[in-house]
Amino acid sequence: MPSSLTKWLGRRFFRVFGGRSSNTNNLTGAQQIKSHVSAAPPPLPIESNYVNPSSTSNVNNSLVIPRRPHRRLPQSLLRIQKSIADLLPSNLLSFFRLRRSLPLPDITMLASQSRKAALNAFRSSSRKPLAALSVRSISVDATASQDAQAPEDPNTPFTIKLLSQSFDAFNIEAPSLDFVTTKNELIDMYKAMASVRRMEFAADRLYKERKIRGFCHLSVGQEAVAVGMEKAITPDDQIITSYRCHGFAYMRGASVKSIIAELLGRREGIAYGKGGSMHMFAKSFYGGNGIVGAQVPVGAGIGFAMKYLGRPNVTFALYGDGAANQGQVFEAFNMAKLWNIPVVFGCENNKYGMGTSAARSSALTEYHQRGQYIPGLKVNGMDVLAVKQACAWAKEYTTSGKGPLVMEFVTYRYGGHSMSDPGTSYRTREEVTWMRTNQDAIAGLRTRLLDWGVVTEEGLKELDKGVKDTIDPEVAAAEVAEVPENSRKVLFEDIYTRGSEPDWLRGRTAEETYYYKEE
Amino acid sequence: MSAKLTTTRLLSRTLRGALAASHHTGRRSIASLTRAPHSIRPLANPASKFNNPQTRMLASAADIKEYTVRDALNEALAEELEADSKVFILGEEVALYNGAYKVTKGLLDRFGPDRVIDTPITESGFAGLAVGAALAGLKPITEFMTWNFAMQAIDQIINSAAKTHYMSGGIQPCNITFRGPNGFAAGVAAQHSQDYTAWYGSIPGLKVVSPWSSEDAKGLLKAAIRDPNPVVVLENELLYGQSFPMSAAAQKDDFVIPFGKAKIERVGKDITLVSLSRCVGQCLTAAEKLKAEYGVEAEVINLRSIKPMDVEAIVKSVKKTGNLIAVESGFPSFGVSSEILALSMEYMFDYLDSPAQRITGAEVPTPYAQGLEAMSFPDEDLIFRKAAQLLRV
Repeated sequence: MPSSLTKWLGRRFFRVFGGRSSNTNNLTGAQQIKSHVSAAPPPLPIESNYVNPSSTSNVNNSLVIPRRPHRRLPQSLLRIQKSIADLLPSNLLSFFRLRRSLPLPDITMLASQSRKAALNAFRSSSRKPLAALSVRSISVDATASQDAQAPEDPNTPFTIKLLSQSFDAFNIEAPSLDFVTTKNELIDMYKAMASVRRMEFAADRLYKERKIRGFCHLSVGQEAVAVGMEKAITPDDQIITSYRCHGFAYMRGASVKSIIAELLGRREGIAYGKGGSMHMFAKSFYGGNGIVGAQVPVGAGIGFAMKYLGRPNVTFALYGDGAANQGQVFEAFNMAKLWNIPVVFGCENNKYGMGTSAARSSALTEYHQRGQYIPGLKVNGMDVLAVKQACAWAKEYTTSGKGPLVMEFVTYRYGGHSMSDPGTSYRTREEVTWMRTNQDAIAGLRTRLLDWGVVTEEGLKELDKGVKDTIDPEVAAAEVAEVPENSRKVLFEDIYTRGSEPDWLRGRTAEETYYYKEE
Repeated sequence: MSAKLTTTRLLSRTLRGALAASHHTGRRSIASLTRAPHSIRPLANPASKFNNPQTRMLASAADIKEYTVRDALNEALAEELEADSKVFILGEEVALYNGAYKVTKGLLDRFGPDRVIDTPITESGFAGLAVGAALAGLKPITEFMTWNFAMQAIDQIINSAAKTHYMSGGIQPCNITFRGPNGFAAGVAAQHSQDYTAWYGSIPGLKVVSPWSSEDAKGLLKAAIRDPNPVVVLENELLYGQSFPMSAAAQKDDFVIPFGKAKIERVGKDITLVSLSRCVGQCLTAAEKLKAEYGVEAEVINLRSIKPMDVEAIVKSVKKTGNLIAVESGFPSFGVSSEILALSMEYMFDYLDSPAQRITGAEVPTPYAQGLEAMSFPDEDLIFRKAAQLLRV
C-alpha cells in the first residue's frame, strides 16, 4: 500500500473518530488478519477500510471498499473460506458472485490522485448516491478477539480478551472486555450459528424452488446476534423481534422442522401453517411481527409484565435500523425509562432498511444513542462473543432496577431484504463480498476456534458434518410434512381462544358459515 | 365504590351542557312532534318511579338502585381489579386526574399506582405496551380518552392484539380490554365525533361490545375483562351521566352479560328497531311515540354485542313484525346498519313485508354548529317518522 494512502487513511480515521481509538496502525483488512495470525500488534478497527472521501463535502458517510482486501489472506483462512463456500448452495454462490458494474473509486486512485478527483469519480457513478454505509465507530471484525489458549478440559472456564473496539457506550460504562467462556460454550455457539445459516440456506433453496410462498426474510450474515443473545439469557427471559425471525425462533427452542414446515405452510409448522415466515412464536418468544416497529412498544409491554409480576427477567425488543425511525419506538423509549421497565431495545443495524441505507434514512445513525435519556451500547454484531458479553451485561443492568437500555448490534445481511430482493440495486456486490469474506461471524469464529486450540481442523470438519447431519434431515422431514386439511374446521380454528368463540363465523357465503358448536 | 358520584360537578362546562341535553332530548323532541306533551305515556311498569322514557323500566322496584353509566363502569373496573391481581388499567389521566370522564374515579386510591397507571399521551405506544403485557400473561384494561384518539393505535389493536392468536396457531393468547367513549359528543366537531363500531366490528379476532344502560355497561365491561380475547368496549360519552336502574343481581360482583346476546328492550309486534348504544334510548322514545300516535307496537332490540352479533334475535323479531329498521349513529357507508341490512337479505328476506331500512349518521364530517350537528345524527323524531313512513300509518 502506498505510504501516502496510509497516511491519508490515518488522518481520515482520526478526523472521523476522534480519540475513540488509541490504535495508530493503518492496515488493510487482510493485514489485520495476518497481523492477528502472527500475533503482531493489535489489529486495527475496521474503520481503517472505511475511507470516507466525502466527509469534506455534502455527501455524508459514504464508503469506499478496497477491491482486493483478501489479497494476502493467510492459508488457514483461505481454507476456511473454501469450506464455507462448500456449505453454500451453488445458486447462492452465484448470487454473491463478484460483479464490477459500479465504478467505485479505486483505492489506488485515492493514493495517486487528489481526494477531490476521487470524489468526482464517485459522484459520476451511475448510482447516486452510492449505497452508503454509515461510518462505524466500532469494529465489526468477527475475528478480532485476541489470542488465548483454551484449557484441556472442555468445561474449564478461560478468558478471552475481546477487541477493544467491540463496544461503544453511550452515557454508561461499557461491559468488560474479558470474556469468560469454555470450550464447550464456544463450540455450542459455533454450532448454533452454523445451524441457523444452514437452515436459512434451506429456506433460500425452498423459496427458489417456489415451495415457500409470500415473503421470506433471511438472516444470513446476522446469525451472531440471535446466537449471542440466546446464550446470554435464560429460557425465562423474553424476546420479541421483527419479521426476520427464523434464527431467533430456532434459538428460542423451535425445531428446524417446525420452522421450515411453517415456511412451507404445513400443519406441523410452528404456527400450524397459519403464520408463515414472519409469524413464529415459542415459549418466551413473541414473534415474528410483520408491522415495522410495532413490536417495540409490545416488547416494552412484555418487559412491563415482567416487572409487574416481579420476575427477574429481561426482555429484548428487537427492531432494525429502518424501524428505528418509527414514532412508536420513541414512545416506547419514553415509557420504558419513565417506568424503569427492564427492557433492552435492540437495534439490529444491518445497514439497510429494505433498500435504504441507514445514512439515507436516519439523521442520527448512532442508533444506540437514540434513547437520548436512556444509556446505550453499540456492539460488534459480527462477533458472537461480543454479543453474548453485551447481552449478559444488559440483562444484569436492566434487571437490577436501573431501567431500559438501547443497544445497537452492528451487523450485515448478505442476502436481499427479502427473497424477492436481489440486494444489489442499493449496494455493490463488492460490498457484500467484502463483508462475507472478511467479517463473517461464522468464519471468524472458526478461525479463532483453531487459534485458541478449541478444536482441530478435523474437529471443525466433524462439527460441520454434525450440523449438516442434524439440519438436513429435519428440513427433509418438513418438506414431506402434511399441509393443513382444507376444512372449515381448520380454517376457523384459533381465531379466538378455544371455548370462547362466537357461536359462528361467516365464510365466503352464508352457506359456508362455520358453527363452532356443531362441527 | 358505593358512594354515588356527583358526576355533573366533575364534568367540564361543555360536557355538562351535553349531559343535560342528553337527559332531556327525548322528552323535548317528543313534545315537538306531538304538540301534546301529555300524550307521553308512562311505560308498562306502573311501579316505576322514573319518568324518562329513555330509562329502562324493571318489574320490581325492590332492591333496585339508580346508577349512572359512569358509576356502573367504575364499579365493574373496581370489582375486576379486586378479583384478579393480573388486571390493571392504564391510559391517559386514569389515575391522579380520576379519569378524563371520571370513569376511573377513586381507583388510584384504592389500587395504587402500580395497577392504575397514568400514561403519557402516546396512544400507539401505550396500546402496544398493553398488548405486550397481555401477551406476557397480564390482563390489561386500556382506556382511550376517546376512541377518536385510538386511531393512532389501531394498528396495535388489530395487527398486534386481534391477529396474534390466529397467526400463532393458537399458542399465543392476548387477554386485553380496550375501552373508552365512542361516537359523537356535543359540540366537539369532526375530529372528536366519530363512531368506530363498524371499524372494529369488521375484524376477526376482536370482540366488540357497545353498552347502553348501566346494567349493560357493568355486565359487558366485566365480561370483556374476563374474556380471554381482545375486546373493544365502545362506551358513549353522552350516556356517562345518565341514570338507569340496576337490578339487585346486577349490583353483585359476579354479574356479567354474555357476549353475542341482544336484549329485547321493548316487546312489540309491528316493527323491529335494531339499535345499539345511545340510539337504543332514542328508539325506545320513538317507540312510545309510535304507540301513542298510531297504536303501533315497535320491538326495540339492544344489540349490546356487535361482534359477535345476535342475528338470531333479529331474525326472531322480524319473523314476528315483518318490518326492520336498523338505527345507529355511525357513518352510513359500510356501517353497522349496512351489515344488519345485508344480514336481513340473507336470513330474513322471506319474513319481511317491507324493505329493511336504516337510520344512520349523515355522511358528513361532524359539523360544530348546533343546528348542523343535530342534522348529522339520528334523533327520536326521525326514527318515529321513518317507522311511520315504512308502516304507512
